[in-house]
Amino acid sequence: MSASLATVAYIGAIILFILSLGGLSSPESSRRGNLYGMIGMTIAVLATVFGPRVTMAGIPWIISAMVVGGSIGLYAARKVQMTQMPELVALMHSLVGLAACLVGFANYIDPMAALNLSSAEKAIHEIEVYIGILIGAVTFSGSLIAFGKLSGKIGGKPLLLPGRHFLNLLGLLIVIAFGYQFLHAETISAGMIALTVMTVIALLFGIHMVMAIGGADMPVVVSMLNSYSGWAAAATGFMLNNDLLIVTGALVGSSGAILSYIMCRAMNRNFISVIAGGFGGGAPAKKSGGEAQPAGEVTAISAIETAELLRDAKNVIIVPGYGMAVAQAQHTVYEITQHLREKGVNVRFGIHPVAGRMPGHMNVLLAEAKVPYDIVMEMDELNGDFPDTDVAIVIGANDIVNPAAQEDPGSPIAGMPVLEVWKAKTSIMMKRSMATGYAGVDNPLFYKDNNRMLFGDAKKMLEEVLVALKA
Amino acid sequence: MRIGIPVETHAGEKRVATVPEVVEKLVKLGFNVAVESGAGEGSNFSDEAYRAAGAEIINGAAALWSASDIVFKVVVPTSAEVDLMREGGVLIGFVWPAQNPELMQQLAGKRATVLAIDALPRMLSRAQKMDALTSQAGVAGYRAVIEAANVFGRFFNGQITAAGKVPPAKVFIAGAGVAGLAAIGTAAGLGAIVRANDTRAEVADQVKSLGGEFVKVEYEEEGGGGGGYAKVMSEGFQQAQREMYAKQAREVDIIITTALIPGKPAPRLITAEMVQSMKPGSVIVDMAAERGGNCELTEPGQAVVKHGVTIVGYTDLNSRLARQSSSLYASNLFRLTEELCKTKDGIIDVNMEDDAIRGLTVIKNGEVTWPAPAPKLPAAAAKPAAAKPVAAPATHGHGGAPASAGKVAAMFGAAALLFLLIGAYAPAAFLGHFTVFVLACFVGYMVVWNVTPALHTPLMSVTNAISSIIAIGALVQIAPPLELGLDRPDEWIRGLAVAGVALTAVNMFGGFAVTRRMLSMFRK
Repeated sequence: MSASLATVAYIGAIILFILSLGGLSSPESSRRGNLYGMIGMTIAVLATVFGPRVTMAGIPWIISAMVVGGSIGLYAARKVQMTQMPELVALMHSLVGLAACLVGFANYIDPMAALNLSSAEKAIHEIEVYIGILIGAVTFSGSLIAFGKLSGKIGGKPLLLPGRHFLNLLGLLIVIAFGYQFLHAETISAGMIALTVMTVIALLFGIHMVMAIGGADMPVVVSMLNSYSGWAAAATGFMLNNDLLIVTGALVGSSGAILSYIMCRAMNRNFISVIAGGFGGGAPAKKSGGEAQPAGEVTAISAIETAELLRDAKNVIIVPGYGMAVAQAQHTVYEITQHLREKGVNVRFGIHPVAGRMPGHMNVLLAEAKVPYDIVMEMDELNGDFPDTDVAIVIGANDIVNPAAQEDPGSPIAGMPVLEVWKAKTSIMMKRSMATGYAGVDNPLFYKDNNRMLFGDAKKMLEEVLVALKA
Repeated sequence: MRIGIPVETHAGEKRVATVPEVVEKLVKLGFNVAVESGAGEGSNFSDEAYRAAGAEIINGAAALWSASDIVFKVVVPTSAEVDLMREGGVLIGFVWPAQNPELMQQLAGKRATVLAIDALPRMLSRAQKMDALTSQAGVAGYRAVIEAANVFGRFFNGQITAAGKVPPAKVFIAGAGVAGLAAIGTAAGLGAIVRANDTRAEVADQVKSLGGEFVKVEYEEEGGGGGGYAKVMSEGFQQAQREMYAKQAREVDIIITTALIPGKPAPRLITAEMVQSMKPGSVIVDMAAERGGNCELTEPGQAVVKHGVTIVGYTDLNSRLARQSSSLYASNLFRLTEELCKTKDGIIDVNMEDDAIRGLTVIKNGEVTWPAPAPKLPAAAAKPAAAKPVAAPATHGHGGAPASAGKVAAMFGAAALLFLLIGAYAPAAFLGHFTVFVLACFVGYMVVWNVTPALHTPLMSVTNAISSIIAIGALVQIAPPLELGLDRPDEWIRGLAVAGVALTAVNMFGGFAVTRRMLSMFRK
């Protein structure tokens, strides 16, 4: 295959990738979108393997690497539970980051890469290598930590080192200093030292950055790392003079960036402040001076009474949160939904953008439980409908239904858009205890007159409700 | 301790202070319950039902009163009833201490402890489960609409029939307290066009939420008298209010009045002329009849027809729905008993430190403790909180408001400077790639904004799969066509590249497969 043919094939792959993302605009077209992505990837890989830059000697290597990696990937994809999706995605991001590092190092020690380059071109090339490895390393270690946090292997609490902003700044300065040294390195081995030091610092920075972020901010982190993995691919593209990598990397990078932005907006928080970290644990200390501590009595309710309320309701909205994922209660939720819908009750789901641990997490869980997607609504779509709702059930969510966000300007979550469940005739809050959510803010909803608390494990309680409903 | 439930002796009273369902719960709290034979008859609860629930049936009021440590009543007890009461006993029910000073004296003489359910501090949110005034007013409001429907000669809802169109009834409700709101909800539920007015402007939202339309009086004055009650309004306001009522009387078919001011006769809202101006066949239900009536022509306890308008002045609306009223009242008293008996051992403790119980207790061991010092009014505290709606988000920048012109200019300036630097120093080959990069970012931006939020997780996994395109970088390093004479560390490069291909292959296959698996789950 000639170089021109390979380039044309790359253009085809680019178009297919764009169509693939475009297909996700609706669930109907999304399956085809995914297919476009697969075809695009196949074309790109084949065009490269049979293109002018790979000789026959490499084929056995390529096939065996592909078979090994591919079978691991397919196995993981089949085995993963939908509640574990955030972990899987984080882990996969780390692989992209690591691959970017490896490619960067391999490129640096390859004398062919910098052959026939003018001095300015060589400097640019080396900057590209340096930045590519930097982003790759941050993505790699950051994603690994995110994986650890999401899977519970590392505690969800933010780790706040003293002077952490100073530490980050120091790291950046060292990276720049070694970058200078790297550019002026006479030999490859001299440059290698600078490159290695930078890589170590980048790895530490990635660890430190994600360690400092609390559990509730995880959706932002996961989408940010998604973005980084894209930028790493783009940087590699610059390094290798490959437009396919640049375009694809830019697509993925901007996609992740937009997701991070959407998540930040949904929490009414600044991107920088999320990345700077410490929200999950720092807030309660600030709150001590806060006004209007909610007080009063909470009214508990039993599963049987909940079933009675549901039976008499015409409109029901269910607001799921991370607690539903933890308790694996989505299937029971669906059975209740199905039962009520057969009785003519209008049941809908209200999804807050940051519910769960990654963007769209709740939608995937509900889809897994076979909840039809046309009754799963976004927050903005049904927030106005709460006054006409008889029962709003909150399952394992807290901050996203906290009225303090609207009522108390002194609250740490003031201004965050929330689902207005308290406007329903009755709201039922399913929780294990009276504990606060990840933001560490007390929830005045508990004390509202029309709110009832159903204490206990979400799955167990919902099963009792289901039994009572069917009785 | 034993709780006694006597027959209500007031003429026409059909309610009873507890129902069999609640008897069971009281027994679980550790109490003995005694019910006078026939107490539940008016509400269709037989002695058998009470007995089955665990109550003891006692014949005769005298025997019951003397056998009971605690007596649950609905209507204010008569002096004869108090005579029957045990020395040092407990009475729980309606008492109206302000209106019944002699009764208070008599009860104090008995060294009784009296909890007046009407003296409950209603603004205390945890007291609401015991609020019998609310529960009874709600029932009365519902019944008022049913009474109106009963004498009104037409449908409430508009219909289009084969024989022609039927217009919906127009209902005006004066006073949007608990009874008024219940009436609004009931009338709207029957399909009528409902309008309502109240001197307290803050109830407008509640009226709307029940399907009513709030009619304003065109005059500036706030009528909240504290504690959720209305107060007497100024002369100017009353004038404007009369005009509004006169206008409504000409337009509507049914008027239901619920206006009451604590401790005062009911305000006269509907004059004789207004009644005259109403269409023949119209109905007025005066829920304030007992306190003199909101309508000039009301005759308490009767339904009369005047100027072709039926004026219903029943004072026993609750007894006309006795079973429902009794159940709710019994639940209110049960909630109160729960508060009094936190130990669940059948012994009550009148804890005067508790705001709600302090308010309820009008006589303690023969000592008059009424009126209670006002609890800190939450209504006053709630106001400033409600008055400052959240203005904060605007300052956070990310609120969605377009950025200021200065910010935009600064961003464009920075971008221009960056492009200038790149243009000045970068070689031509780089610029080609840079162009592609910038355009791709924009394409990505446009495409990704169209992604539905429900598919954000699949979006992440598919972009993750696509980012394994980095494999291309590794592929070209494994075995490139070599230029002779170069000192190239082949083994090293191949090792790194093969590892890179293997890692990205995990993503490539895994990412697409898991996306496929997820997307196949989304179904209608």
